[in-house]
Amino acid sequence: MSEAVSHIDQIFVIFLHWLLGGLPAAARPAVSAIISVIAILVVFALLFAITTVLERKGLGRMQNRYGPNRVGPFGFFQPIADGVKSLTKEDIVPHGADQIVHFLAPVLLVIAAFLAYAVLPIGRNMVLVNLNAGVLYFFAVGSLVELAVFMAGWSSRNKYSLLGAMRAIAQMISYEVPLVLASVVILMAAGSLSTVSIVDMQARYSGVWPHWFLFRPWGFAGFILFMIAATAESNRSPFDLPEGESEIIAGYYIEYSGFKFALFFLGEYLGMFATSAMAITLFLGGWAAPFSFLTWIPSYLWFFAKLMVLIAVFIWIRGTLPRLRMDQLMNFAWQFMLPMTLINIFVAGVWHFMPSGLGRWVLCSVLLIAPCILLIGSLKQQKSTEVRKYRFAD
Amino acid sequence: MTVPFLILAVLTVVGTVAAMTLRNLIHCVLALTLSFAGLAALYLQLGAQFVGFVQILVYVGAVAILAVFVIMMTRGAGPGLHPIFSSFWTVGSLVAAGVFAILAWAICASNLSSRILPPQTEAAVRPIGDALMHQYVLPLEIMGLLLTAALIGAVVLAMQEKRRTP
Amino acid sequence: MSSLTSYLLLSALIFSIGLAGALTRRSAILVLIGIELMLNAANLNFLAFWRYGPHPEALTGIMFAIFSISIAAAEAAVGLGIILAVYKHRRTTDVSTMNSMKG
Repeated sequence: MSEAVSHIDQIFVIFLHWLLGGLPAAARPAVSAIISVIAILVVFALLFAITTVLERKGLGRMQNRYGPNRVGPFGFFQPIADGVKSLTKEDIVPHGADQIVHFLAPVLLVIAAFLAYAVLPIGRNMVLVNLNAGVLYFFAVGSLVELAVFMAGWSSRNKYSLLGAMRAIAQMISYEVPLVLASVVILMAAGSLSTVSIVDMQARYSGVWPHWFLFRPWGFAGFILFMIAATAESNRSPFDLPEGESEIIAGYYIEYSGFKFALFFLGEYLGMFATSAMAITLFLGGWAAPFSFLTWIPSYLWFFAKLMVLIAVFIWIRGTLPRLRMDQLMNFAWQFMLPMTLINIFVAGVWHFMPSGLGRWVLCSVLLIAPCILLIGSLKQQKSTEVRKYRFAD
Repeated sequence: MTVPFLILAVLTVVGTVAAMTLRNLIHCVLALTLSFAGLAALYLQLGAQFVGFVQILVYVGAVAILAVFVIMMTRGAGPGLHPIFSSFWTVGSLVAAGVFAILAWAICASNLSSRILPPQTEAAVRPIGDALMHQYVLPLEIMGLLLTAALIGAVVLAMQEKRRTP
Repeated sequence: MSSLTSYLLLSALIFSIGLAGALTRRSAILVLIGIELMLNAANLNFLAFWRYGPHPEALTGIMFAIFSISIAAAEAAVGLGIILAVYKHRRTTDVSTMNSMKG
């Protein structure tokens, strides 16, 4: 790559070094950390604002209506209106609610959601902290969200809120296992828990084709399983029973209004972005370009392009699929996702020990597709579709 | 006795004391979660990154949630058991204070303070994995068996009894 | 007071607070929580000695701590299952009422 291209690629790193140049050496790590954290906060909060309006317009078009189109050109200033509304709305806290826990629940949720961005490499040399156990840190922080959900549901002293919180926690715990197991395959292949080294392994090219883990049978299956589990972890449709608007009003955040509700919304979307970004890091090559002749485009642009594609897929799925019932959801997690992730790990081991060539592609694909069909068949058999018997009073 | 250690230690001890003395059980579990998080931060201070993140993942993400679920299921979050301390609480506190006194005396009377402390070593994940697979493979497999047995046992214990209709 | 002694004192303090709670509280769940705190204090002790002791590259302290965490998780699950089973029969989790085998 030529000098100018690599300068554009590293422009934020160069800018940061220039900013730190005027400071004494003792203060540099702290100020660098603070600037990077502020950059992450600003960028992903802005992305959240853009996503809310994109989602509403996208869903609207899928449902054959316009989305918001009053505020600004084609309605794209809607987030500003939403922000003003949520800031100026009255903050009602129920009288019988547990005040401290009620206040801390959205705070903990947003903290947990933002902490996850610390290990995601957004561009070449652009990661906040290159932790040796980066992927483990990501999943550890993700498990804080469940506690925040419980705090929200219980502190409101509301039966529907508690019910929604219990359902949400059961769903999150059930889908956390396939989420972690689906990423174990990548950890086996990469031999490291550090996100930076996982992306560096995928940033190479053999000819034109990249070395993304998506282009292996076990990587492809792992990606699909990871995305399904990520959808369930962020409580997005079709797994949004805990916040089902038509069933239990709003689930665990019924009693929240104004800015705290906006914080819950923010936390949910940030969780979605974080798991999408982790999927990009693990499976889609992080900031690497898809073809070797496209590496002149800066790395952070590739990262955000892939992130927007995954967000568009999330919005598409939300507009298309109906909601899953609670028992269907749990059956899906424990009787399909968990066996598939374990078989995926086995197949990755088979791939590693077979000689390279067409043979291992065929064997691994068969070993993945056959159990998938069998497990889906066993899930379908549980649906009993008999002729309904009517009983009349004698 | 650096400042981060002091802050984390105070946080952990406050969480622990609150966990053992509050009346409402859910508040106890939330204070316990705070002390778990403080302990995880202390593990990170000591350079054991892997153990710190595993502590958050397992304790905060699973054990605390489990305790909370059981409190919900046993109606422990209701009006509360009056009184919260059992009738012979003085003996228990004296025993605990005695244990602390003995441990503190043993720590301060030893020559640990006069040792030269080695420099910080980072424990990377790869040596932990190597050790688990080579030197500690037997405990690892036994742990797998133990966890499976605990899983099955917990499910059987908490299962609804099937009502046999005559 | 060196770093090692301060970590050990903190570990002893957490251990004794957990012990006090396990011995004096009435609710069975809080007894279990006290036991968990004691296990955590022991973990802190292991890691402090790993860090400040000879041969930290042998990773003995870390291994012990990892196994201790998994055993504690398994024990918490089984213990809470037992509490649930007892609650189904006795309708209470008060340990001071569970004295039917006394005397």
